[in-house]
Amino acid sequence: MELLRIATAGSVDDGKSTLIGRLLYDSKQVYEDDLAAVERASLQRGDDYVDLALLTDGLRAEREQGITIDVAYRYFATPRRKFIVADTPGHVQHTRNMVTGCSTADLVVVLVDARNGITEQTRRHVSLASLLRIGHVVICVNKMDLVGYDEKRFDAIRSEFAGFAARLEIADVTFIPISALRGDNVVERSTTMPWYAGAALLRHLEEVDLAGDGGPGDLRLPVQWVVRPRSLGRHDFRGYAGTVAGGSLEVGDEVTVLPGGQSTGVEAIESADGPIDRAVPAMSVVVRLADDLDVARGDMICGRQTLPTVSQDLAAMVCWMDQAPLRTGARLHLKHTSRWTRALVQGVRYRLDVNTLEREGSVTALDLNDIGRVDLRVGAPLFFDAYRENRATGSFILVDEATSLTVAAGMMLGSSA
Amino acid sequence: MLLHLAAKACWPLPIPFPVVHVDTGHNFDEVLAFRDRRVAQFGVRLIVASVQESIDRGEIVEDPVPGASRNRLQTHTLLQTIAANRFDAVLGGGRRDEEKARAKERVFSLRDEFGQWDPRAQRPEPWNLYNTRHRPGEHFRVFPLSNWTELDVWQYIGREGLDLPSIYFAHEREVFRRDGMLLAVGAFSGPRDRSGDGQPFVTSVRYRTVGDMTCTAAIESSASTVEEVIAETAVTRLSERGETRADDRFSSAAMEDRKREGYF
Repeated sequence: MELLRIATAGSVDDGKSTLIGRLLYDSKQVYEDDLAAVERASLQRGDDYVDLALLTDGLRAEREQGITIDVAYRYFATPRRKFIVADTPGHVQHTRNMVTGCSTADLVVVLVDARNGITEQTRRHVSLASLLRIGHVVICVNKMDLVGYDEKRFDAIRSEFAGFAARLEIADVTFIPISALRGDNVVERSTTMPWYAGAALLRHLEEVDLAGDGGPGDLRLPVQWVVRPRSLGRHDFRGYAGTVAGGSLEVGDEVTVLPGGQSTGVEAIESADGPIDRAVPAMSVVVRLADDLDVARGDMICGRQTLPTVSQDLAAMVCWMDQAPLRTGARLHLKHTSRWTRALVQGVRYRLDVNTLEREGSVTALDLNDIGRVDLRVGAPLFFDAYRENRATGSFILVDEATSLTVAAGMMLGSSA
Repeated sequence: MLLHLAAKACWPLPIPFPVVHVDTGHNFDEVLAFRDRRVAQFGVRLIVASVQESIDRGEIVEDPVPGASRNRLQTHTLLQTIAANRFDAVLGGGRRDEEKARAKERVFSLRDEFGQWDPRAQRPEPWNLYNTRHRPGEHFRVFPLSNWTELDVWQYIGREGLDLPSIYFAHEREVFRRDGMLLAVGAFSGPRDRSGDGQPFVTSVRYRTVGDMTCTAAIESSASTVEEVIAETAVTRLSERGETRADDRFSSAAMEDRKREGYF
């Protein structure tokens, strides 16, 4: 069954957790004992209604404070699709959590309070979705019950957003008027808003077309492991294991191996389940090549039509996730595909105002939750594509040398040399 | 399931790491037989970490109530085994759909030098670029099945025709009721006198999870094939841990609290 990965975003009190609780509850994905626990917790806290947000707020501190602290993942399925929802908090560590949640998402649901309209937070969330190349955004105008299910209010929010949307690179933006608390237009079309002709949220999630996402591109296979069994019967076996990160691979294809740049043919594609004719993205395979080449972990087997950029000087957008700011001259570990290397920050070029997508050039550092353009020099040439071309070969993380903490999520722009 | 995936991932090489069984001493016989059969098939090295030995050495003290669960005690034995073998990472079959504290956990989940999980200081984990670096004394719990659901697991077991301990399928067993759950009758589990435990009776049951006999409950079921289990799982209205794990019932944060201490 097809899988749709969703990230949700919204400000405090936009009703995001309530919406997810409602989706799970109304699509009958909440277990009776989980619901009973939520009822108990609501009562203990003195609420006069069952707070469905408690279905997703899993940590003690979250339930006590009534806030979402960390990204939570929820799972549900309908007869048509499976869904994984990354519920990202709107306030604490907002950008960091949002980037994490969006990094694996196909679609982002952004909640807007019908009373407040498009806010700075909305712009921030949609900008981040655009920056992370999410193809589909759904803007749920929530709490329609509090504005009398007024069509004019919904239309006003839509036109307010239109001016901003022109600056974004999102192919598909859909607006849905809902009330998460009352369940209007969440799972079932609501009779309270006869003027709305579109689908309820769940129907939209079931039907949104993912076929064009990602695009074909040319083969990218980062080598994760060199397989040399040296066992009886397999003495001459030499295979390269990895997960296809772009394009496709067939037996007989001519490929180029980086960094060496040698060309060779694909002799066999194998797996524990037997030989494979054609490998496509996300498949993990073992490839045998026609020639004996020097290939190591971190090298890349590529299609010959379009090779990735090979460079030690990177231009990248990074989302900084550490308390201590990122400064020119910092030395870090960098992980890209299956390869670790060292990185030196050559310079911070600008900071991106995620509310307006405008560049602020006069900065020398990036603070926690800042997104900005940096130049990096790395310890060995990397083989990469621009993030906009390929999420798998265009993304990386930075890790602090002393604490081993993940301090940045990075997206390749190109070579800075 | 995890072992099967590891074997596939490492193919054509054998699985290069050992497997660990934290043995509370309160095992189902069928599960021990399964363990030994699979270890032999995969040719992996088995490390048995015995909770009983930890008790005998006086490192941990067992609750004096007869038949008390050793669920919480096993954390000590697990951490000791990780330290003794200097493991950088321990893979487990935990899933985010199991429990709400688990829903917040990373695929590569860091444990500090005391084995503690700090849910408020987790590393961000964008894309699938896992940060495998840790400081000396720290280790990872790695959850490759994070994004699988219980139904996904059963569907995969059906597709791959995996061998399972027989107790996952419906069988006749002598059980008794405790706190609404069905526990197997046995020397460790009970029923206990004057404790409110129900009278033993025989019925058709199966297990949804397998753990220590004293805290893993069965469900009444007639599902005796993978297909029947899939059908049952698809329509159940009770969660796996809520229905069958006494250890999660102490409070709504029982799992979070144990995980903070180093539980899997």
